[in-house]
Amino acid sequence: MERLTSGDELPGILTTRLERMVNWARKSSLWYLLFGLACCAIEMMATGASRYDFDRFGMIFRASPRQADLMIVAGTVTAKMAPRIKRLYDQMAEPRWVIAMGACASNGGPYHQGYNVVDGVDKLIPVDVYVPGCPPRPEALLYGVLKLQERIAKGESRGYRLLAEDVQDDRSQEKEAERV
Amino acid sequence: MSSRSKGSFAHHGLHRARDDQPGADGLLSDPDALPADGLPKEIAEAVDGPPEAMRKLEDGSKFLELSMGPQHPSTHGVLRLAVRLDGEEVVECKVDIGYLHRSFEKFAETWQFPQLAPFVDRNDYLAGTLNEHAYCLAVERLLDLEVPERAEYIRVIMAELNRIGSHLIWFGTFAMDLGATTAFLWAFEGRERIYDLNEVVTGGRMFPQFFRLGGVRNDFPQEFFPMVEKTLAEIEASLEKFHGLVTGNPIFEARTKGIGRLSAEEAIAFGCSGAVLRATGVPYDVRKADPYSIYDRFEFDVPVGENGDVYDRYIVRMREMEESIKIVRQALKEYPRKGPIMGKLPRRLKPPRGAEVYAHVESPRGDLGVYIVSDGTDQPYRLKWRAPSFSNLYAVQRLAPGLMVADLVALVGSVDIVLGEVDR
Repeated sequence: MERLTSGDELPGILTTRLERMVNWARKSSLWYLLFGLACCAIEMMATGASRYDFDRFGMIFRASPRQADLMIVAGTVTAKMAPRIKRLYDQMAEPRWVIAMGACASNGGPYHQGYNVVDGVDKLIPVDVYVPGCPPRPEALLYGVLKLQERIAKGESRGYRLLAEDVQDDRSQEKEAERV
Repeated sequence: MSSRSKGSFAHHGLHRARDDQPGADGLLSDPDALPADGLPKEIAEAVDGPPEAMRKLEDGSKFLELSMGPQHPSTHGVLRLAVRLDGEEVVECKVDIGYLHRSFEKFAETWQFPQLAPFVDRNDYLAGTLNEHAYCLAVERLLDLEVPERAEYIRVIMAELNRIGSHLIWFGTFAMDLGATTAFLWAFEGRERIYDLNEVVTGGRMFPQFFRLGGVRNDFPQEFFPMVEKTLAEIEASLEKFHGLVTGNPIFEARTKGIGRLSAEEAIAFGCSGAVLRATGVPYDVRKADPYSIYDRFEFDVPVGENGDVYDRYIVRMREMEESIKIVRQALKEYPRKGPIMGKLPRRLKPPRGAEVYAHVESPRGDLGVYIVSDGTDQPYRLKWRAPSFSNLYAVQRLAPGLMVADLVALVGSVDIVLGEVDR
């Protein structure tokens, strides 16, 4: 567990950095997009249901991408579904995170040679955490979520990093164009 | 799409050719065919194009075209319903499938018979065992393999437990479609108990990968027998709770009775099976009509409905769970404690050239058939998966006009589709 405070405060007073506070809030209320692709979605539902209970981590499903922070890509990504996933990701508000759940979403899994299968959702959108398994057990998905929370607490996001790289690329291209 | 996001995927490429073997590269995998931004043209266009949902027809007519799915909580996966609405009434409904087409039948032609047995689980992913049963039955008939009696009992017990688990998940999601979240949580607790049994026997939760050609992988462990008795009693108790929670509920009855009525003739013409057909009054159940395995030894009823509406489908499935519990109890009573669990298998599985076989089982969704043609090698020449959800789904297209949008949700939920099986 990441320490929120510095530890040497006066009694009744809590001092922290704003960034740390915001990251703590973000990781503690990860609302995920209700969005299942294939078999893994059943295990995702099981994780959200009574025995494993995502609510413990402040995670509630939202059916609208506008309200979601986290996309759990649960299942095989096909060429027909790929543009829809891309659009759903674009519709999510930043900051946003992605978990690739299962072998299919990670790298195509048993179907990776299929003519209609995109081998890995990271070909479309940046992925923060990969959860292996076919399908992963709920414990594995929960572990993936905890790993993601660790990353969020540190302020890491793969989506952000790619965006920053892009900005860098655009700027260097512009500079080069000016030079020419 | 902005130029920025185009840049971020340029170094990925949507598909790259990974393997050199023929057949490994698909339609989209030729890197030269990709446009500069990395996304194939048709995909880039689809992303950039106008939103399909909420588009008024250009000729100024009063209809509204609504795209329900593929990301919609009540389409049970990645189904898209293209619906034309007049106010809130459905005028036309077209089913758009293929969002989960994983080319299973093509894969089957490149895999050996024993390799395929665990792979078929992923077709109908709510009831893996039933897929394995259909596939193993077909290959055993093709190769003339004998299955020991004890293995048949293990198969029946595992299959019926899986059927209960599948119906429970259907009950939970169907009730949730109609707005009852509690029922979903309760149903999943029952399903977790079935998962526990699966785990004790097979080691797997959702996909047991347990049936082998000519038998099963292992015997029941000793702790299974007290566990299964306890679980069956718990599920019986929870079924009563479900009836108290949902069945007599006036809101539930108002939303399901008389909705989506299918006649017996139409159901047969559409090729429907399972609870969708039985709700219309036709007592067709493969376990009775064409008994396979050892189902002729057990006493159980085939529940049928009268009206063929959403409510009848619900009642039929709820009663089927009770029948499955009955079958498991009988099988446990007669279960032979001694004997082999695997039949004798030839060292090389080579069916005669040109041989073909069809086997079908009663899956939770209906008549699940497997058709295999052999060319004399240890791989199928052609494998056809006759998915019951596929036929059942097309009844939706016929039943939807005239319903309200909210009734469409109840209708799709009552048909109990699994897209992994529909698209394959």
